[in-house]
Amino acid sequence: MDSSQIVLIAWIAVKIIALVLVLLVSVAYLTCLERKVIGWMQTRIGPNRVGPLGLAQPFADVLKLLNKEIILPTASNRFLFLLAPVISIGTALAAWAAIPFDKTAVLANLNAGMLYIFAVSSLGVYGVLIAGWASNSKYALFGALRAAAQTISYEIAMGFSLVGVMMAAGSLNLQAIITAQAGGIWHWFWLPLFPLFIVYWIAGVAETNRAPFDVAEGESELVAGFHVEYSGTTFALFFLAEYANMILIAALATVFFMGGWLSPFDGTPLAATFAFVPGFVWLLAKFGFFIFCYLWFRATFPRYRYDQIMRLGWKVLIPVTLVWLSVLALAIVGHLAPWFNT
Amino acid sequence: MNFINLLFYVFSATAILSALMVVTLRNTVNCVLFLVLTFFATAANWLLLESEFLALVLVLVYVGAVMTLFLFVVMMLNLRREAQRERLTQFWPIGLLAIVCVTALVLLAVRHGNVIFPIPPVAQALDYSNVTALGNVLYTTYVWPFEVAAVLLLTAIVAAIALGHRPIKQGAQQRRQDPAAQIAVRRNDRVRLVNLPSVKKG
Repeated sequence: MDSSQIVLIAWIAVKIIALVLVLLVSVAYLTCLERKVIGWMQTRIGPNRVGPLGLAQPFADVLKLLNKEIILPTASNRFLFLLAPVISIGTALAAWAAIPFDKTAVLANLNAGMLYIFAVSSLGVYGVLIAGWASNSKYALFGALRAAAQTISYEIAMGFSLVGVMMAAGSLNLQAIITAQAGGIWHWFWLPLFPLFIVYWIAGVAETNRAPFDVAEGESELVAGFHVEYSGTTFALFFLAEYANMILIAALATVFFMGGWLSPFDGTPLAATFAFVPGFVWLLAKFGFFIFCYLWFRATFPRYRYDQIMRLGWKVLIPVTLVWLSVLALAIVGHLAPWFNT
Repeated sequence: MNFINLLFYVFSATAILSALMVVTLRNTVNCVLFLVLTFFATAANWLLLESEFLALVLVLVYVGAVMTLFLFVVMMLNLRREAQRERLTQFWPIGLLAIVCVTALVLLAVRHGNVIFPIPPVAQALDYSNVTALGNVLYTTYVWPFEVAAVLLLTAIVAAIALGHRPIKQGAQQRRQDPAAQIAVRRNDRVRLVNLPSVKKG
């Protein structure tokens, strides 16, 4: 290994650290935003004591969690108990390597980027399953089993909707998927793939075990679900992983269906006026909307029952994707303008 | 031996050792987790051979879905009762037969090379797409085995659903859900609002 390779590896490491730092800070502020937004929706104020407007609240929370004792339950499997949160946070962060932030700003521009993200994010369920089993607690085991069943069911619907994206873009590379949507807001895949977009978003909310699909941690029946025995830093890691996964699903929805870093004014008379705005800003704006949807759902919808979740996943979402894949295949073969005319 | 070759041997050793753990350990959950590690090491080796599509599909399908279901089932076993059983040597004739078959197959597949220190395959050009190559072989040379495998899987799915939906015998206890009836339920079927007069007047 010569010096140029060492410099290259060091440069990649710097980029990884920068990405992870930004991600962790945005996760911290996402928790704050969630409490604020849900507070406003329920005509409360939300956290407002720590710092101006309560903006230092996330740091107070982090300090509190780091200083708490980590309790290991008796008769738990100690190694697996401590491994589970590491798996959760590891897979949640690893998937970010392939997300493109701008025309050239991407950590690893993989050819099979979509497959990589889907494979890595499907591993997150191990953290949940192992946590539930190693805790030696009935509540935790039930939470873990529910989470696993739900994640596997919705992964199929999500996979099929991504097959649609792959067919439309003709590539698994995330940059190629974004450039395939060039040409203005009507060329983004949300329109030709509208049913798949809706299915993807519902499956995404279910995959992250968020409301209204949060039976895995339904506090009225399971206390807190799979992480009921975790405290302090180990709990904080699960918490971080859940929010990092939420941002990831929002970012992927942006990349696959909303044109990623493309400007919404392309193809309109305003395109030149907004040409100076970097693509990164558009990306942030779009996935800010999806993040807000997460919080909005949580404040709006009551929790689904377990059998309702399974019915929705298997009997509604999967048939919808199968039908739309056939429609999409016909549209591509027939070179339907303006999306597939090349 | 350069760095990549060294990695190949590291991952191969990991795969073999964790596969050994799968068959020797008593705790079934640990066995499944070691099997996951075996798949990972194999996927890493495939990545080193530049077949990233197969490696990612291995992780996605086997680690992400199949092993999750395995773990799901194994977690419900009673470990204390399972640990008392003698498992490793119980079915040794079948195990021996499987070992002989697999070894013969592997030797047959690599008979044109050095088995102990295989020569690494030649790297393809940068624009070579092994997904395209795989698709080309799968839909031309191997189209019949491919279609037969698909039909087999479909049969298995249909069979599983048919078994799950067996008609209930007359007199047996009804344990199935009726989603239509569940959805048709209205508030008045379940809840009765009672207007209780207050005890204290005024």
